[in-house]
Amino acid sequence: MFRRSLNRFCAGEEKRVGTRTVFVGNHSVSGTEAYVAQRFCDNRIVSSKYTLWNFLPKNLFEQFRRIANFYFLIIFLVQVTVDTPTSPVTSGLPLFFVITVTAIKQGYEDWLRHRADNEVNKSTVYIIENAKRVRKESEKIKVGDVVEVQADETFPCDLILLSSCTTDGTCYVTTASLDGESNCKIHYAVRDTIALCTAESIDTLRAAIECEQPQPDLYKFVGRINIYSNSLEAVARSLGPENLLLKGATLKNTEKIYGVAVYTGMETKMALNYQGKSQKRSAVEKSINAFLIVYLFILLTKAAVCTTLKYVWQSTPYNDEPWYNQKTQKERETLKVLKMFTDFLSFMVLFNFIIPVSMYVTVEMQKFLGSFFISWDKDFYDEEINEGALVNTSDLNEELGQVDYVFTDKTGTLTENSMEFIECCIDGHKYKGVTQEVDGLSQTDGPLTYFDKADKNREELFLRALCLCHTVEIKTNDAVDGATESAELTYISSSPDEIALVKGAKKYGFTFLGNRNGHMRVENQRKEIEEYELLHTLNFDAVRRRMSVIVKTQEGDILLFCKGADSAVFPRVQNHEIELTKVHVERNAMDGYRTLCVAFKEIAPDDYERINRQLIEAKMALQDREEKMEKVFDDIETNMNLIGATAVEDKLQDQAAETIEALHAAGLKVWVLTGDKMETAKSTCYACRLFQTNTELLELTTKTIEESERKEDRLHELLIEYRKKLLHEFPKSTRSLKKAWTEHQEYGLIIDGSTLSLILNSSQDSSSNNYKSIFLQICMKCTAVLCCRMAPLQKAQNLCFILPQFLYQFFCGFSQQPLYDAAYLTMYNICFTSLPILAYSLLEQHINIDTLTSDPRLYMKISGNAMLQLGPFLYWTFLAAFEGTVFFFGTYFLFQTASLEENGKVYGNWTFGTIVFTVLVFTVTLKLALDTRFWTWINHFVIWGSLAFYVFFSFFWGGIIWPFLKQQRMYFVFAQMLSSVSTWLAIILLIFISLFPEILLIVLKNVRRRSARKLICSSV
Amino acid sequence: MTWSATARGAHQPDNTAFTQQRLPAWQPLLSASIALPLFFCAGLAFIGLGLGLYYSSNGIKELEYDYTGDSGTGNCSVCAAADQGRAPPPPCSCAWNFSLPELFQGPVYLYYELTNFYQNNRRYGVSRDDEQLSGLPSALRHPVNECAPYQLSAAGLPIAPCGAIANSLFNDSFSLWHQRLPGGLYVEVPLDRSGIAWWTDYHVKFRNPPLVNGSLALAFQGTAPPPNWRRPVYELSPDPNNTGFINQDFVVWMRTAALPTFRKLYARIRQGNYSAGLPRGAYRVNITYNYPVRAFGGHKLLIFSSISWMGGKNPFLGIAYLVVGSLCILTGFVMLIVYIRYQDQDDDDEE
Repeated sequence: MFRRSLNRFCAGEEKRVGTRTVFVGNHSVSGTEAYVAQRFCDNRIVSSKYTLWNFLPKNLFEQFRRIANFYFLIIFLVQVTVDTPTSPVTSGLPLFFVITVTAIKQGYEDWLRHRADNEVNKSTVYIIENAKRVRKESEKIKVGDVVEVQADETFPCDLILLSSCTTDGTCYVTTASLDGESNCKIHYAVRDTIALCTAESIDTLRAAIECEQPQPDLYKFVGRINIYSNSLEAVARSLGPENLLLKGATLKNTEKIYGVAVYTGMETKMALNYQGKSQKRSAVEKSINAFLIVYLFILLTKAAVCTTLKYVWQSTPYNDEPWYNQKTQKERETLKVLKMFTDFLSFMVLFNFIIPVSMYVTVEMQKFLGSFFISWDKDFYDEEINEGALVNTSDLNEELGQVDYVFTDKTGTLTENSMEFIECCIDGHKYKGVTQEVDGLSQTDGPLTYFDKADKNREELFLRALCLCHTVEIKTNDAVDGATESAELTYISSSPDEIALVKGAKKYGFTFLGNRNGHMRVENQRKEIEEYELLHTLNFDAVRRRMSVIVKTQEGDILLFCKGADSAVFPRVQNHEIELTKVHVERNAMDGYRTLCVAFKEIAPDDYERINRQLIEAKMALQDREEKMEKVFDDIETNMNLIGATAVEDKLQDQAAETIEALHAAGLKVWVLTGDKMETAKSTCYACRLFQTNTELLELTTKTIEESERKEDRLHELLIEYRKKLLHEFPKSTRSLKKAWTEHQEYGLIIDGSTLSLILNSSQDSSSNNYKSIFLQICMKCTAVLCCRMAPLQKAQNLCFILPQFLYQFFCGFSQQPLYDAAYLTMYNICFTSLPILAYSLLEQHINIDTLTSDPRLYMKISGNAMLQLGPFLYWTFLAAFEGTVFFFGTYFLFQTASLEENGKVYGNWTFGTIVFTVLVFTVTLKLALDTRFWTWINHFVIWGSLAFYVFFSFFWGGIIWPFLKQQRMYFVFAQMLSSVSTWLAIILLIFISLFPEILLIVLKNVRRRSARKLICSSV
Repeated sequence: MTWSATARGAHQPDNTAFTQQRLPAWQPLLSASIALPLFFCAGLAFIGLGLGLYYSSNGIKELEYDYTGDSGTGNCSVCAAADQGRAPPPPCSCAWNFSLPELFQGPVYLYYELTNFYQNNRRYGVSRDDEQLSGLPSALRHPVNECAPYQLSAAGLPIAPCGAIANSLFNDSFSLWHQRLPGGLYVEVPLDRSGIAWWTDYHVKFRNPPLVNGSLALAFQGTAPPPNWRRPVYELSPDPNNTGFINQDFVVWMRTAALPTFRKLYARIRQGNYSAGLPRGAYRVNITYNYPVRAFGGHKLLIFSSISWMGGKNPFLGIAYLVVGSLCILTGFVMLIVYIRYQDQDDDDEE
């Protein structure tokens, strides 16, 4: 929201204008003087949410949007305005505490963002001004400035590449920080500015760039540069994404470049993509909210019941106003309805602690601190990239334990995306292994070299195609471009497939030597260098799924080479040898290789003229460029001749199979999304054990469907059939479904794009994943278990805290007499009970780390928010109700005597409340202690420390006559209470009774577990 | 947030036990072999304690008499009939005669009990001024508003002590007479009215205002007694250490009771011949019947009680301990059976 408003501020009214005009170097171009310069925002990045002066109001506003905080604010206001049994401090102080803690946390996080922003905004950049290199802070860059960027620096804003230190005006860029793709991409400068590679010369450039207004799509950019040379006749060149250098990307393998800023600051594509720290609500928080509402309902009911009973009770006059307790004149005159209303509010205030004010803060602290454990975890640390796990937002930590579906890309996630050329087929003849015949060496690398040979010309044509049809660039380690220095060649490409193919061609004797002056140089098997003029590159895109190059041979022939997915190439080739190649392709795909088909065609010079014109026209278009290009490409890539196919292996990631198995065992459903051939994907799925041998595959693909005429009917049939199968196999309840998954027949579903678009609403699953995450799940597991348990526990704590208060109303004439002293009410949630639960939630390990790591099935137990379901919630609630009753009536019966002391002195109501409270604090803390199975020194410290603090505080609070208190209710109450043996005995007894069910349950569980383990042992 | 510094600063994590969540930890497992002996021990201990408590409680003697004066229940009914009106009722006196066949083992404490009296009512409970009661002169003249309607007298003078609690001070008084020999003279049994309040209340929390010219009466000049009181606060007792705000009856009363039926300590009998208890013989309690309870459906009782280490008579604790102790042992047995059966199963399986 904030960003949007900022954008509005930045972009001003220009937002509506479709394009913006940028003057390179901010030199006005004479012809366009009439132009009113547009205002653009500066290059400042703002990711922080708050500033120094808006922090307080904005943060408070955001915090009070949270139900519980708002509720406590209301309670506080009621306490301030209405005569209520407890002072506003009792709810004001905890609220203040909670708000402060949260504000500090958010303030800290925002400070980090400020710091990060500053680091970016204040970084040094070099700008060319008046032919001089000027050092500036990054935030000072204006649109139109010419910026110099050196190797391994990140671009400070979105730039149009004007020139680079290389002669051909290209540069390499990695966008790892933007889209995670770490390979080098090539960007180009416009031909006319390539030469301007010094500060002086670039300053002479007079040009205007027209481009679209900022938009978040990283891969889209449309613009035009008008270059005014001396003749003042503008030369227009088109600009596309290949000319645009994005902020955040890094310059690689290029010494330096000059670029002109087109989008700055919050208008850069990166900033537009930045989603801010959106308020994501985890399922846990949602269910906490739901339970909160339940408790709110209980609270309202209690208040209503008490109010009603109060008026019933008061209908007897001597109960309403006995002679010893008369009302003031004002009280008598108050309207009865109003009195009832204030009574209702008073009861609400009295019972309001049933909703624990500190719960959110505990949960938040837990998440915040828990996220440190994730980033600290050594097991997440990857030595190769020198990075550990990074927690972007702590809001969703516990969600990691609730994952049901894992969606994974195949290439680069399941597989390493490092390709290796395996084999190829030329005209249906299989080539495998390495042939080095030409060098005169008869050595072969494998058992097979050729099965039989295709025609030599076809073979060479195929290898030439491999060498030419790509966008691979060469980085020479040696500055001297020696023609024969093939050993020093390093290939750089945006696609690892291409490198694999080029390397594959090299194995067969055709070496790509790089581009020179727009000519591609290839060394053939006879060590001769062939040069081809690169006329056009028809880039790869995901829709066409193929790419082409148009080259001119030394003889002047114009050739088109095309390679692409079989489905994209087969329909466009004319020869009838498809069948032979198809067999190869399909077999390769079954083996899990990535296959590409290669085709070529000769273009007659006349045709080329037309094609050339069309291509240039399409490239220059400002509107609908994509569509136009596509159309032209489509026209060109027809009537080709199929030469052969290649197979490239993409190795599986380390431990991918194990990870998938673990995920599988954990009951997660894994979906693999891939652009590969179905057979390739299938075999990868088998390889990474996503599909087991006993997995029954349900296929929803064009193959299974297109057999019948009416696609949709057939699809419908299939769907129903599969559903029947699945329903039959799985028991109906969703709970056991997960268990059933491992025991019964497994199903995998394969669905392809065209079929998917046919249905789009149906779903079942196939499974798979992401490597390193064996460890990932585990840590999350712990976090999740803990988080989940905490909430009901704490609410239960508060229920047994408030229930005695409620019961007491029956014995004090429903007069809203508080049972506990205000200090106890205030401190209960903040000091006495919050730390142990926090420590518990952070440190508890119910199950040993190693057990968790080795047994992913445990995951099933906690996913689906199992711990926050109704069952445990009710269990905790009833247990708390039991405890509250025990506390109150235990003390009640204890007080059925003249005296509890051996000197016959009598206790009052505050002693009564203090006994209940003492039992309560001890019970709640000890209960947590019983649940703790992992006692680190922190747990010891916090649990025993809390109890000690309670005792210390009680002595202290009762030991002094506090001048600021109106009533010295607690004066020496605690000490006097402890001087009675009976009270000690009663406290011990009541604590024991309250804990008894819990102890019993734990012991029973342990007995069962032990015997179960024994059974397993003995059966083995 | 790719440009954030936090993203960049990822280094190799510290390899400490804390950050790796591998702190040394004690992992107790409440297994049956630990729990069972624990249950039995706890059960036995509880039963032992319970027996002790039960017999202590049973050993405590209580003698109580309801002198509310419901018609036909003794001679206090005359007074009760007179008190049908509003407070303050006319003074009246009645008596309770009883005889002890044997020694009433001491030390004996005399309590009064009120029922259906809500000292724990919130409006009642806040109707006091602790600053005034601590002897602060400014508070003496300006009682807090919570005291209303017992804040200012009809004449507009500040009431000292103010508030509903003070105003409703229990004002029946008792004297105990003992007839050693049948037909003999009744001798007054000395009642120790001191030391019935909490030490801290009497010595710290409640203080008289500073004397004016050595006179407590002058210190209270300009204040009015609570409307129900017959005497001003400085005349509660002739003993200067037991009058004014530090009058022990008053201090005891000001500690509001937890429940609507409550007892308050009236006196201790521990002087002279009575230090060992009340010897056998006939007794009479002379009651000055002032306090109206029938107006709110309450009762008042008089109780002689002996006290043990655990306080007054209270069978609850003993019984509760016995029940919980037995329950422990019972569960212990049940679990033992379950445990043995599981073990048998295991053995069978092994065979």
